[in-house]
Amino acid sequence: MKPAPFDYVRAETVEEVLAVLALEGSDAQIIAGGQSLMPMLNTRLAKPKVLIDIMRLKQLDRIDAVSGAVTVGAGVRQRTLLGWPPLAEKLRLVALALPWTGHVQTRSRGTICGSIAHADPSAEMPLALLALGGEVHLRTARKRRKLAAGDFFTGMMSTARGADEMIEAVSFPYLGGARCAFREVARRHGDFAIVACAAVASKQGVRLAVGGVADMAAVRDWPRLDGSALDDALNSFAHELEARDDVHATARYRRDLVRLIGRDLVREVLQ
Amino acid sequence: MTRLQSGERHRIRFKLNGAATHGEAEPRMLLTDFLRQQIGATGTHVGCEHGVCGACTVTVDGMIARACLTLAVQVDGSDVRTVEGLAPAPDRLGILQEAFKRHHALQCGFCTAGILMSLDHYLRERPDPTEAEIRDLLSGHLCRCTGYTPIIHAALDAAGRLADHHRAEKTDV
Repeated sequence: MKPAPFDYVRAETVEEVLAVLALEGSDAQIIAGGQSLMPMLNTRLAKPKVLIDIMRLKQLDRIDAVSGAVTVGAGVRQRTLLGWPPLAEKLRLVALALPWTGHVQTRSRGTICGSIAHADPSAEMPLALLALGGEVHLRTARKRRKLAAGDFFTGMMSTARGADEMIEAVSFPYLGGARCAFREVARRHGDFAIVACAAVASKQGVRLAVGGVADMAAVRDWPRLDGSALDDALNSFAHELEARDDVHATARYRRDLVRLIGRDLVREVLQ
Repeated sequence: MTRLQSGERHRIRFKLNGAATHGEAEPRMLLTDFLRQQIGATGTHVGCEHGVCGACTVTVDGMIARACLTLAVQVDGSDVRTVEGLAPAPDRLGILQEAFKRHHALQCGFCTAGILMSLDHYLRERPDPTEAEIRDLLSGHLCRCTGYTPIIHAALDAAGRLADHHRAEKTDV
């Protein structure tokens, strides 16, 4: 339960971070709040040769609300976003889901972008980013690009981030105050979700995102559904997620939760 | 940019409970091991070493933190507070600690250091917490002895007494 040896780089500028990433590639790993990465280091599931600490970069500790989206920098801790006064008005879904991310004691250190970089299949922030159709801002020493959440997450703890890219920020669109809802079932509040669901009303109908079941959070867009049409859609979705049994819950229980929570949330946002 | 080589020990200067302190650590050394083995401050306990149990909870620059999810090299220049800093004097308990004693909020005591640190930090920000808020806070800790109820009682009792204490201090001035 001790990390394997690594060099520790305390970066002072983004350019330094990008230069080390360009040089070391996949041997380097960025550490922000460390609430996901440190357990991986301690258990040696991750063994980077170089750890780049970005938490002394003040320019990454920014929340910007411009052009219809809230952009959260890589240095913004979960606690900071949760305490950001306009959060409930501008990003209601994030305001609902973020209290479920870890505990007071981990949110004080963990970052929003770190949680998205880690891409745990039961994590709330990747789920919220997918449900809202947000973007991940990636940057190398030479170029910048933005990836839609749907293209960024590629599987269980894996993403489309290149080895030389850092996540500079993520942005969550406002969606003009669209109704949204979130619910999660976990053994203990703050533990990994057995099932987490987010629903967002859209022009066409409703979007439902489900985490904790498949290798990554999954999204479905439906027209306004109710009654047996909604039940059928939820049942198909629950089966398409290919839930597996594990120590926390059976596949069948997970499918039940997707159907039950999904129906409640879809009804809530389509009211 | 500072690059600290693996396999070498680096000097770490920080404040521990208000006193300037220093020690040496490899980059991979956890703050838990650094505090206990290099500094000799064994009040911070080591439970799960992956951020789940909360026994190693401390504060770093006023932020509540798991010491097992913090590297010693990350606290260079920081203000670290641990359970050793809670008592007002070596022979006196603080208000929160006394409440724990009064309510039997500890049995084996393994989780206690972390829970005290969480509550001490939380009650400074939320002097009048609800029981639900205390329960939410305690969800970040594991205790296998008490069943948590005495801890909740102690926390609410301490919150009330701390509020009286602060009021009395204000009237004195």
